[in-house]
Amino acid sequence: MTRLGELERAVMDVLWAKNEPMTVREVGKALAERDLAHTTVMTVLDRLAKKKVVTRAREGRAWRYRPAASREAYVSELMFDALGQTGDRDAALAAFVQSMDGKEAEALRRALAETEQSRN
Amino acid sequence: MVSAALLSLVAVGCLLAMEALHRAAWPERGPYTAVVTWQALGLAWGVSTIGALLAYGLSSYELGALGGLLALARDAVTGELLSAELAQGAEGVSHIAAVALALALALVLFYGLVSSFVHVMRVRRRHHDLIELVASEHPDVPGARVLDHPAAAAYCLPGVLRSQVVISAGAMEVLDHRELAAVLAHERAHLRQRHDLVLLPFSSLKRAFPHVRLIRSYYESVALLIEMCADDQAQRRSSRRELATALLRFGAAGPAPVPAGAMAALEQPQSGVMRRVDRLLHPGKELPYHAGAVIMGSSAFLLAAITCLWHLPL
Repeated sequence: MTRLGELERAVMDVLWAKNEPMTVREVGKALAERDLAHTTVMTVLDRLAKKKVVTRAREGRAWRYRPAASREAYVSELMFDALGQTGDRDAALAAFVQSMDGKEAEALRRALAETEQSRN
Repeated sequence: MVSAALLSLVAVGCLLAMEALHRAAWPERGPYTAVVTWQALGLAWGVSTIGALLAYGLSSYELGALGGLLALARDAVTGELLSAELAQGAEGVSHIAAVALALALALVLFYGLVSSFVHVMRVRRRHHDLIELVASEHPDVPGARVLDHPAAAAYCLPGVLRSQVVISAGAMEVLDHRELAAVLAHERAHLRQRHDLVLLPFSSLKRAFPHVRLIRSYYESVALLIEMCADDQAQRRSSRRELATALLRFGAAGPAPVPAGAMAALEQPQSGVMRRVDRLLHPGKELPYHAGAVIMGSSAFLLAAITCLWHLPL
């Protein structure tokens, strides 16, 4: 992972841990052990805003940042894409097994039981 | 007119050949050969159909498809051909319609390919961005990213600079160590051989004509063959059985809720997963080398023949 990517991740973790919008200074303080320059934190938050994973609102003279969605929501979005449920199974991502209906799953369960039996 | 007739014949032949290929049993024994054949037939169909329309529509030039097209480009400014054809009555109008159809078809195919590519790139970029933020690493799956989600999923995210294999916590739960390795090998094979690019023309066709059943079923057919290619790669490192049980476990871990409307595409007599499992557990004879060579040779010959017909000034 690139250094920037790793920083973005750390910043998101801070924002997710805190339930309220944070300023650049507050984020920098939460990552004090990394000893980041103010401009670095600003750059990272800016990049995250461009990726639309954080939103910002002006409060007084400072911008306050908060996650656009929860971590769980993003994980769900990724899984939704991966299982081809977004409506376009366009092989943007090739899943090992696409999602299937109940009947199919049942048939596979039976086949699995048979296969395991024949092994023992 | 001769080249128009021959090209139409080739176009119809391509359609028949695709239908035969769709129904044939041999592709499962030689998925690589079959995928190449699909591509050759698809390309041949497009090029011969456009060529036939052009050769017919531009027959007044008596220069064939390609020569006619070049002449048209010269005349397009003056509009000489248009007025001459219109003066000819019904036949002239049908010529103009054929040329317009040819250009429209070429445009739709090209636009479909480009827009598909752009769309896929956009989805992937977003996906990559999110993966970097929420996925973690795990010692059991070196080089892959883990998504903390209970449903079973494993997939790859192709890209030139940052390609990635992703696996969900739910998948790691249901698979044992060796099955996991088999799944990762399968996904890495997709990435290594850029199977996403192989499938792109077919998915873009599907996007351009979303309601044409035939295109969708051909797309599914190619997609399944590509999975089989990756299965073949994976079983060089792991055993067939491990890959097969991994497939079954994935399926059995479902069903993931499928939204209404998505079901239709999955209603097949035998599901793709089951066919892959069958193929792994009861391997048939591989497609003989000489058969593969003959099929590949015919594909190359077909494309060469169409190129010649485009140049035929008759």
